[in-house]
Amino acid sequence: MSDFTEKLLLPEIPNLHNIDVYEQNSGYQALRKVLEMTPDAVIDVVKKSNLKGRGGACFPTGLKWSFMPKQSSKPKYLCANGDEGEPGTFKDRQIFEFNPHLFIEGSLISAYAMGVQVIYVYIRGEYVKWINLLQKAIDDAYAKKYIGKKILGTNFSTEMYIFPGAGAYICGEESSLMNSIEGDRGYPRVKPPFPAQNGLWGCPTTINNIETLSNVPLIINRGAEWYSKIGEPKHPGTLLFGISGHVNKPGVYELPTGTLLTDIIYKYAGGVRDNKKIKAVIPGGSSTKWIRGEEIDGVRMDSEALKAYDTSIGTGGIIVMDDDTDVLKVLARLIHFYHHESCGQCTPCREGCGWMEKIIKRFIAGEGKLEDIDLLLNVANNIEGNTVCALGDAAAWPVQSVIKKFREEFEKRVRKIPIEKKYVPPPHLIVEKV
Amino acid sequence: MLTQENLKKIEALKIQFPDTKSLTIPALHIAQSQYGWISEETMKEAAHVLNVPESHVIGVATFYTMFNKKPVGKYHIQVCTNVSCQLLGAEKISEYICKKLNIKVGETTADKIFTISEVECLGSCGTAPMMQVNNDYHENLTTEKIDKLLQELK
Repeated sequence: MSDFTEKLLLPEIPNLHNIDVYEQNSGYQALRKVLEMTPDAVIDVVKKSNLKGRGGACFPTGLKWSFMPKQSSKPKYLCANGDEGEPGTFKDRQIFEFNPHLFIEGSLISAYAMGVQVIYVYIRGEYVKWINLLQKAIDDAYAKKYIGKKILGTNFSTEMYIFPGAGAYICGEESSLMNSIEGDRGYPRVKPPFPAQNGLWGCPTTINNIETLSNVPLIINRGAEWYSKIGEPKHPGTLLFGISGHVNKPGVYELPTGTLLTDIIYKYAGGVRDNKKIKAVIPGGSSTKWIRGEEIDGVRMDSEALKAYDTSIGTGGIIVMDDDTDVLKVLARLIHFYHHESCGQCTPCREGCGWMEKIIKRFIAGEGKLEDIDLLLNVANNIEGNTVCALGDAAAWPVQSVIKKFREEFEKRVRKIPIEKKYVPPPHLIVEKV
Repeated sequence: MLTQENLKKIEALKIQFPDTKSLTIPALHIAQSQYGWISEETMKEAAHVLNVPESHVIGVATFYTMFNKKPVGKYHIQVCTNVSCQLLGAEKISEYICKKLNIKVGETTADKIFTISEVECLGSCGTAPMMQVNNDYHENLTTEKIDKLLQELK
């Protein structure tokens, strides 16, 4: 289905952010349709569409919704995650700016399906412009009775509030996001209990990405079967690919899943600046494992295909580096980021990220030792899987992949020891993972 | 003291949450819009307004990087130096501004007009290099653009 060229989330309709224009283009029809269905039937449609979460984990959305208790004495909540803190990611702001009502409609449908009383839209605090744009859209939707008490004359009522973050990458993690809304430091929570049982203020809560929710009205309007056939069947739909770095035309391109990485880089993003070769590509935001430039031919951008390259689709934020890039400097910057953003709760992440940064900087300064490569790998492997949330893994994966794919870059920077004298690591440092 | 208008803004948000503790971050945002930064005095004031422990507000204010824990100039320049911006010369952008203003990263000019900080990804990777000045994003930066902007702001 690579011939699918329709833009579903960001169609080229002028002034679509305006509620009247949105309505003229079948806006809020899906909500009207849903209000005549049972909540379970709505969840079934989303399950059948095979929609997967767009925040990075690719969890099936319909299944996630079905975890919410049908009957609950406590209120139920939906958090729409627009924290968008993953370096290389800048897609949700396009929805806020160009098609906010699609997102609002999707959130309302989701709220109806799960019996949610309040929707919190968590948006990174720096996005002042986009917070204001979305607030305007929400106000307009309130005025037309799409949000609030007795929506469109039915018994369904839900409120929608924007919660601006305050500069913490970790708050994009769902349990940190809830702690942040509760007014606390953004510390991730231990799971279980999962949010569907014990979320905001101990009540059933679901957290979905902005882009995920924006797909829902399309599925309702045009059917689960139609949707499930777009792009890669196991990961259907279009994705908002954000491409940045050394390309001629960086930006967000909406394309079906399964699109060739080379097509995104050369056909849409105009190729690499100054026609240079590609040294490395980060396929889905800073947390995903790197791909070497020589490997990119034939790589398809979907959750399934990227598994074969030992990486993942993440948020679809592609970062391209040309062959003049100092990959160690980029890696050092990335690990500095994770060190800075580690919430400090778990020792492996809090301490390990700092150690990794120091070791990488040793190589950059030409002070690294050959055994430091394995030491670095050892630290990364001991962070991975040993922390409450995935930030630790997200810091370990780039390090592991750069050592695996660009080991020579470290070896080149080793001081004094000649490279031909091959270093054999002691047995306790031999790790088979990478 | 928080202005009556700002106290009203905080009060108006109460309807959104079952618990006033949730107002910690929104109240600090409102306080920072008034004072420009969050002093320990402000943290105590916020705690008093929300009727939550001072230690709680201090814990939250120091966790989130958007809350300035020391005074900043009239214009707070925040240069993104994360990977996508780094690849397109963010380091040089930051150096250029520092040289032009004759301050180092983290410092404020003597006339208290400009403060420069280096920050993490601001979600503007497709228009790198970029920076934020107060609430506004300035994207696809060049030295000419910076010259023009700094001139206008003065």
